[in-house]
Amino acid sequence: MSRKINLRDALREAMTEEMRRDESVFLMGEEVAEYNGAYKVSKGMLEEFGAKRVIDTPIAELGFAGIGVGAAMNGLRPIVEFMTWNFAVLAFDQIVNNAAKTLSQSAGQFKCPIVFRGPSGSAGQLAQQHSQTFEAWLANCPGLKVISSVDPRDSKGLLKAAIRDDDPICIMESEVMYALNLDTTQPGKRTYSFGKKTWETEGLPFTDEEILVPIGKAVIRRTGTDVTIVSFNKMMLEAIEAADELAKEGISAEVIDLRTIRPMDHETIINSVKKTNRLIVVDESWPFAGISAEVAYNIQRMAFDYLDAPVIRINAADTSLPYAPTLVEEYLPNPTKIVKAVKEVMYVNS
Amino acid sequence: MAQVVEKQKVTKSKTPAKAKVYSKEMYLEWYRLMLLIRKFEEKALQMYGMQKIRGFCHVYIGQEAIAAGLESALIEGDAIVTAYRQHGIALGRGITPKAAMAELYGKETGIVKGKGGSMHFFDASNKYFGGNGIVGAQIPIGTGIAFAEKYKGTKNLCVTMFGDGASRQGALHESFNMAMTWKLPVLYIVENNGYAMGTSVERTSNVVELYELGESYNMPSEQVDGMRPDAVHEAILRAAKHIRSGEGPYFLEIKTYRYKGHSVSDPAKYRTKEEVKQYQDIDPVKMTEKKLLNDKLATAEEIKTIKEAIIAEIKEAVEFAENSAFPPASDLYEDNYVQKDYPFLK
Repeated sequence: MSRKINLRDALREAMTEEMRRDESVFLMGEEVAEYNGAYKVSKGMLEEFGAKRVIDTPIAELGFAGIGVGAAMNGLRPIVEFMTWNFAVLAFDQIVNNAAKTLSQSAGQFKCPIVFRGPSGSAGQLAQQHSQTFEAWLANCPGLKVISSVDPRDSKGLLKAAIRDDDPICIMESEVMYALNLDTTQPGKRTYSFGKKTWETEGLPFTDEEILVPIGKAVIRRTGTDVTIVSFNKMMLEAIEAADELAKEGISAEVIDLRTIRPMDHETIINSVKKTNRLIVVDESWPFAGISAEVAYNIQRMAFDYLDAPVIRINAADTSLPYAPTLVEEYLPNPTKIVKAVKEVMYVNS
Repeated sequence: MAQVVEKQKVTKSKTPAKAKVYSKEMYLEWYRLMLLIRKFEEKALQMYGMQKIRGFCHVYIGQEAIAAGLESALIEGDAIVTAYRQHGIALGRGITPKAAMAELYGKETGIVKGKGGSMHFFDASNKYFGGNGIVGAQIPIGTGIAFAEKYKGTKNLCVTMFGDGASRQGALHESFNMAMTWKLPVLYIVENNGYAMGTSVERTSNVVELYELGESYNMPSEQVDGMRPDAVHEAILRAAKHIRSGEGPYFLEIKTYRYKGHSVSDPAKYRTKEEVKQYQDIDPVKMTEKKLLNDKLATAEEIKTIKEAIIAEIKEAVEFAENSAFPPASDLYEDNYVQKDYPFLK
């Protein structure tokens, strides 16, 4: 049966289902147990699974990430929650030097099946240290897989797949989008809502059937013919909004949601560009050596002859993110910036 | 539902001056292992000089009594994780001199197929979780290995070893804190050889008696003479008994000395010749050999036979390494992901 669900509840369902299925899965992090999660993602899990499997840690990201790595090397399947990926910087030694390298260093003798998850990206006026994205930092590192997604159904299916996966995986969620609702109760309709805003999207319905989404596969959120807009995480919503604007002017945009950053599904992007001949990348990370650069490199390498215009990317500004609302507005990608870029690659006067 | 942690009694006592007397077989076992490690590393240094071995190479010479006294005190299923000065611990764990030497050579017959080199030996069959190259990174990892033992309900512990340099890392304090709070079965051992690369313990902190670091967490802690395998063995038995009773971690500061530099490229100009000699006078291999002879636990002939056998074994290991092949270039893409069809960018 199709139903409504928000991202927060969908992620909890994923962890709960996998913990019921496999005794070796446990959740640890700051405030995950008695406080029910800083963002309530793990609400009620302590009650169901007990303190052995839902574990409050002290504020010691390096330490508890490393305990997770050791536990994973010794046969368990930890889910390590960071209150935000900004704090996970303290744990990068364990993620990059250890989780990612264990299989290679041991020549396959020790695997490290661990999930590091938490919110990333801007979330209102949180200023410089609490607004960063980490997809590019982590996806740069072989040995890791990186997922960044806010669609409630797909995020649930990806988290379940990640918990079952034998490789170390970093999952980027979104503080603000934990409240993003997905409604698939109306036949043929798939609607996101957040506050007063709604977005129509394509994809599979949220049902009571078990949801497993393959890691490494992008999805088309809006089918179109004139231009391809590649996006991920909450930038996917900005892209859909831009597509709605463009539709009013008779421009048909195809919106791709990468969902997985590493490995990247270049095939879906290439096939779309072969159809539209134009590509925009919307990426909340900084422009320098970011995910958008990776997408753009690959498309010029694999589909050069199909491009009718240079690729344009819309990133966060090449600056730290300050506090004032005007500066936040200026910093982030938005539908206006995307529409402008689309018109540029379509050689349409705006 | 906050967990109430009972205040733990802290042991400040140092190892008794006179250790328990052990059997002839025990002393011979320690002697053999220490001599094997010594001869293996002397040969490794020689081969490094001939450029057969490359990369970083940190030898354990002088510290062998720890590897010996450690292994004899553990039980089946106990795990060990340590840092990059690890040849001795790995040989004690049961990695063969052949597999170890071939690894130093970077050959495909090495313990990790030539992928780790001197710093990264691993052996899953012996629960040897490596050789970690980041100072102190193995402290939380060892704590996590112990976490898994407790989670699975075993009686096993994880020996988590590190040097005096690593004891200044934040990772140690985060790990000590969580291990004590959760009563994890972890035995922390700091092999205090006096120097973090070229910086003496005295120059890195106001707290120079490293076992005292455990006290902040009410962790039972003691200082051990690391130049004697019997003293190490006894301290580890005592610590392991405490840990296996479910009372949580234990911390041993084992005082030792490395005769060589931090790595092969270090001339060790930060210490005096006299200081090195002082320790060489109480060298664990030499002293154990002397004890075997003085106490008539072994004859000169028996010692000679042991030495010859070890030298022959090391010679065979070198020949094995020499005659093995380097890994094929296609191996580069193996063991990066468990996923077999991972789409690497090429």
